[in-house]
Amino acid sequence: MLNIKNLEAKVDNKHILNGLNLDIKPGEVHAIMGPNGSGKSTLANVLSGKNGYETKGEIKFDGQNLSELSTEERAQKGIFLAFQYPLEIPGVNTNIFLKTSLNSVRKARGEKELDTLSFLKIVKEKSSELGIDEKFLSRQLNVGFSGGEKKKNEILQMKILQPKLAILDETDSGLDIDALRIVADGVNSYKNKDNAFLIITHYQRLLDYIKPDFIHVLSKGKIVKTGDAELGVELEKTGYANFI
Amino acid sequence: MKTEDLKNSQEYKYGFSTDVENIRAPKGLNEKTIKFISNIKKEPKWMLEWRLKAFNRLKVLKEPDWQKPKYPKIDYQDLYYYSAPKSVSDKPKSLDEIDPKILETYKKLGIPLDEQKRLNGIAVDAVFDSVSVATTFKDELTKKGIIFCSISEAIKKHPDLVKKYLGSVIPLSDHYFATLNSAVFTDGSFVYIPPHTRCPMELSTYFRINASETGQFERTLIIADKGSYVSYLEGCTAPMRDENQLHAANVELVALDDAEIKYSTVQNWYPGDENGVGGIYNFVTKRGACRGKNSKISWTQVETGSAITWKYPSCILQGDNSVGEFYSIAITNNHQKADTGTKMIHLGKNTKSKIISKGISAGKADNMYRGLVEIKNKASNSRNYTQCDSLLMGNKCGAHTIPYIKNNNSTSTIEHEATTTKINEEQLYYCNQRGLDQEEAVSLIVNGFCKEVLQQLPMEFAVEAQKLVAISLEGSVG
Repeated sequence: MLNIKNLEAKVDNKHILNGLNLDIKPGEVHAIMGPNGSGKSTLANVLSGKNGYETKGEIKFDGQNLSELSTEERAQKGIFLAFQYPLEIPGVNTNIFLKTSLNSVRKARGEKELDTLSFLKIVKEKSSELGIDEKFLSRQLNVGFSGGEKKKNEILQMKILQPKLAILDETDSGLDIDALRIVADGVNSYKNKDNAFLIITHYQRLLDYIKPDFIHVLSKGKIVKTGDAELGVELEKTGYANFI
Repeated sequence: MKTEDLKNSQEYKYGFSTDVENIRAPKGLNEKTIKFISNIKKEPKWMLEWRLKAFNRLKVLKEPDWQKPKYPKIDYQDLYYYSAPKSVSDKPKSLDEIDPKILETYKKLGIPLDEQKRLNGIAVDAVFDSVSVATTFKDELTKKGIIFCSISEAIKKHPDLVKKYLGSVIPLSDHYFATLNSAVFTDGSFVYIPPHTRCPMELSTYFRINASETGQFERTLIIADKGSYVSYLEGCTAPMRDENQLHAANVELVALDDAEIKYSTVQNWYPGDENGVGGIYNFVTKRGACRGKNSKISWTQVETGSAITWKYPSCILQGDNSVGEFYSIAITNNHQKADTGTKMIHLGKNTKSKIISKGISAGKADNMYRGLVEIKNKASNSRNYTQCDSLLMGNKCGAHTIPYIKNNNSTSTIEHEATTTKINEEQLYYCNQRGLDQEEAVSLIVNGFCKEVLQQLPMEFAVEAQKLVAISLEGSVG
């Protein structure tokens, strides 16, 4: 589904990714761990098409070269990024944002746009799965949300937009144990043989709830070690020092 | 002809002109023109005298020049002051008598004048260049004693009301453009709501400039008698032309005891092309008097058009406990300029005013909020709250806020808050990542920014206004 070859990324002439290779197949859960500044968030941003990065190398998503696609086209093709710091958009009702977003994606996929009633039905179902109060959806997008509410809202958006590849950028940071469990349950209930996850995290904690098929250690913009779920446990004990 | 080229442009969908035969007053600003206007409208003598008095006053007034947007000198002798489609010179008695071309024009604008086809229950007065062509739902309103007609008709049929209130809020000698309007005004709407009557539908006027080299001088007068309520909307469009056209309107509102007037404007005059050629000079005087106790006047404006917008819809809070509100969205793109805001003059006790202004600037445009809040010494326990937010898109545009604040009563308070922000790249990225393209993202963020004002508009107009906001900013980011 995702094939990254020799990916390099520069921002303001500073090299952040230095020849990164990664292959993700449908049904797989990959975790990326690594110290601060190793390039984890840059990888997420480059995959989703954020401006400001100068890149080299190749990223293919379902066989298509990603560099040819704009941020929204990538989103429409099924790449979803759960933000580390979800943005506040004052004055914009969360439900309206979700509906606009879902309909943009549906339109691009050649599906019929949803009317308000059928949309609300979907939202109701998905938000109750995540234990999100409906009142919360009539508030302004992320404005005044707690850290946990913002992250839950990201997972809700993921479940509504139904991406093929979901990238979670430190979604666990700042979450208490209950919120962490809800987020993890959200991911586990969405996971199936056709979609895949790329989970960026600092801690093993989240991986206790979402079992990864692969764990990659990122250092100085490269994957320096790949292992299975056991690698996370080891990292938790010994730190990154042995790998970088 | 350049107008033809302009028609090919997609951005301003109201840019077409209608080919109808016109009756025009000869060019030039003089007594002859004024007499021509008064005569063709079959006005009573007092009206002509009133106009001439204004004209005499005009001779000693100077065009103001303190505003921020500067413009080339207007040659007032080179303008037409009256232009009317020939077919309605003898005012049509029914819709069937209106030139089908004009009806077609309004249909294109999305304003069908045919009453049967209007489902949303909004009574419309349509003003085409210098004359009012049709007023719908008249009979239904008449049953309630509500008068909604063109000002020309009111001058003839309701002279007592007109004499009593015309010029009572904007005096003859007020300032250059207002006085010019008093001398040469051609048409506009007149509304009278009798005591203790709630107007059962939205009243609406649609202004359309069609003829070239013609100034439009509309005059609107709305009177809400004791304990009455009315909501009034105006919309405006003009064809694309490479000349600048002057629109200098006067709007007067009078609210008596316990009455409320809600006045909403969606102004979408032709803004000029992307190089700043052409467009309307929108120099308008709008003022409301809360003359009675507990009265309320609320202005809501969505200003997206015009090359230059220069206006300050104001409230004079005379009655005790009266309330004035001003909600504004001013969008300037390309080379458009706006110098707009409000004046809240507190005279009565316990008077309240609220100002919410949202200025959005894109391209090379310049957007200015200028507002006066003045609490006079007898206006005890009065309050004002002002919030001015500016949003910048790109780095070639400007936003300015100039509040004038005068408080002469120690028991009264004035609050002013202002913010200036640039449209946030991170917000746009977030929206893009959720599948929204750049235009959708901008529209969503900007509509969110303007929400407090958009909420004030009647439902049907709010939807239109949201779309208009998005269209006005197309291509301004990325």
